[in-house]
Amino acid sequence: MKVRVKLFASLGSFSPQGGLPGTPFELELPLGATLHDLMQHLQLPVEQIKVCFVNSRIQPPEYVLNEGDDVGIFPPVGGGSHV
Amino acid sequence: MWFIRINMTDQTYKVEEAPAEYKYLAGRGLTSTLVAKEVPPLAHPLGPNNKVVFSPGFVTGTSAPTSARVSVGGKSPLTGGIKEANAGSPWAPMLADMRVKALIVEGQPKEKDKFWGVYVTWDADAGKPKVEFFDATPYTGQNLYDVYPKVYEKFGEKVAIAGCGVAGEYGYANAGVVFDDMAKRPSRYAGRGGLGSVLGSKRLKFIVLNAKGAPGVEIADKALFEEGRKKMIDALRTHDITKPKGGLNTYGTAVLINILNEAGGLPTRNFSSGRFEGAPKIAGEAIFEGNKARLGKELFNHACSPGCIIQCSNTWHNEDGTEKTSCIEYESDWALGANCGIDDLDAVGEMVQLCNAYGLDTIETGVTIGVAMEAGVIPFGDAKGAINLIHEMGKGTPIGRILGSGTGAAGKVLGVTRVPAVKGQGMPAYEPRAVKGIGITYATSTMGADHTAGYTIAPEILGVMGKQDPLSPEGKAALSRAFQATTAFIDSSGHCLFIAFAILDIASGYQGMIDEVNGVLGTNWTADDILKFGSEVLKTERAFNEAAGIPKEADRVPEFMKLEPLPPHNQTFDVPDAALDSVYGEL
Repeated sequence: MKVRVKLFASLGSFSPQGGLPGTPFELELPLGATLHDLMQHLQLPVEQIKVCFVNSRIQPPEYVLNEGDDVGIFPPVGGGSHV
Repeated sequence: MWFIRINMTDQTYKVEEAPAEYKYLAGRGLTSTLVAKEVPPLAHPLGPNNKVVFSPGFVTGTSAPTSARVSVGGKSPLTGGIKEANAGSPWAPMLADMRVKALIVEGQPKEKDKFWGVYVTWDADAGKPKVEFFDATPYTGQNLYDVYPKVYEKFGEKVAIAGCGVAGEYGYANAGVVFDDMAKRPSRYAGRGGLGSVLGSKRLKFIVLNAKGAPGVEIADKALFEEGRKKMIDALRTHDITKPKGGLNTYGTAVLINILNEAGGLPTRNFSSGRFEGAPKIAGEAIFEGNKARLGKELFNHACSPGCIIQCSNTWHNEDGTEKTSCIEYESDWALGANCGIDDLDAVGEMVQLCNAYGLDTIETGVTIGVAMEAGVIPFGDAKGAINLIHEMGKGTPIGRILGSGTGAAGKVLGVTRVPAVKGQGMPAYEPRAVKGIGITYATSTMGADHTAGYTIAPEILGVMGKQDPLSPEGKAALSRAFQATTAFIDSSGHCLFIAFAILDIASGYQGMIDEVNGVLGTNWTADDILKFGSEVLKTERAFNEAAGIPKEADRVPEFMKLEPLPPHNQTFDVPDAALDSVYGEL
């Protein structure tokens, strides 16, 4: 299934596509994948993640994603060391 | 400790010992108490009976981190109720260093064409502050960026300046009180509620301070103060949001653009959507990356005022590397950007600079322009048109004066029903239909729509102090009440409200704030006492508003928010009136 992902603030550097943090990209994931699976797939530093949104609602890491979901992932309002 | 009373009717002044009854009040607690006691609630805000009160917080002027705040109080020309707005500036600790507990501006001269300034210095022989009046008429009618250097030239580099821009001279309800930042820019505003025009109505253009030789703040229990200060520093340096190269230091307050947009709570095109497609282009991340591209290096933010260790104040640079403006705060970025459908940081930066230059509150200005766009004065997204409207405000043209009167008044004149204001004050950058707790704060605050009055965004969006579902109204009245009371104390402490991110998550930091204040005052206040203090401040403000003719029925969001579902959540503001009434009913 395909989901749409946005990585914000200091997480922006983990985007396979580059561009300004928050620039959306598409990601192919197996059916039944969770937010946590998505983080692992992108090799995100899990300890730096503070809030995840799916379709504008805050969801926990175990949330099971669906085709076409819109995912936004934030560190503590941009926290974490940038450099 | 001193009270300085400046009487503008005859340009005289008195320096008196601060009465004992005010010993345990400072900042907002003191400005609101004095306004409630000395300003008749039915006084015209721009008439001779209103007053402007300046008061530094309890720990302002000490080595407590991030504490260079000063509160400004009076009756608001925008809301018709009591107002406290505060700012961080070198001006604040200078007032505190002279042991001035309150500087009170009273009266009004008969002559309308002449403006005055006051120069406050420390008289070492007399052991108290003294005041000299000077003719400030030559500084009127001009851009503050042109005028400030002339005032520094006259009084020297060691002074700090507060005052009003042309917006205050014209009597606009959206005129802020300007203060200087660390680089002497006229860019730090006690912006909300029009107190700049109360100064203007008294023909007081500038209050210039020079604390040379002043004794500094007296600390009753130095050991306890030190202990508190260390706890506060630890909390601020540890928390992800406030630590060096953390969120605020890297991206500035505009880091909030993307997260509010993602939550569907970024008011867009005059509160017609909670999502702005151009958000990433104006977000704090875009400011950081844009500066990096234009300067060829990473630029972290700076302190707006002495002793701040959060350092969230940014600068935005032109393509040639010169400075366009400082600072593009989240609220300004949103008001003049997303709320107007504008996604161009250079245009937003120019508008921020113009607001600073003319003495306008950026939030009220952007929200009012959004209403003007709704009315078809100019289309949404028209950056050039918006810049032009700010110039009209600066020039004092008829359309400029209408817009300068603020969101509520301009909405009436322009025949708009979607007017995002409470008690006449334009709403800040969080959508009540998408974040219910902040809507309760907007509706019930004594200040009119004010996000800082009870920042429930912390648990509702940012995951600070727990997590709460932003779309649910459940328990939010109590949440807003608790935040409003705590905030009334923080606004009295002299600390910047941003310490809340750290001290609400880190208990020792909260205790640190209490220890600092107890150290200065020699008191034994507990966490319960802090809440009680805040509640008393709120009750005082509330009583003034009721006497000024603002009933509890004014504690409502505008009707359109109950009628129009807001995308993307397609929710209305569904908090029952009884819940709104309980915020103060159960205080």
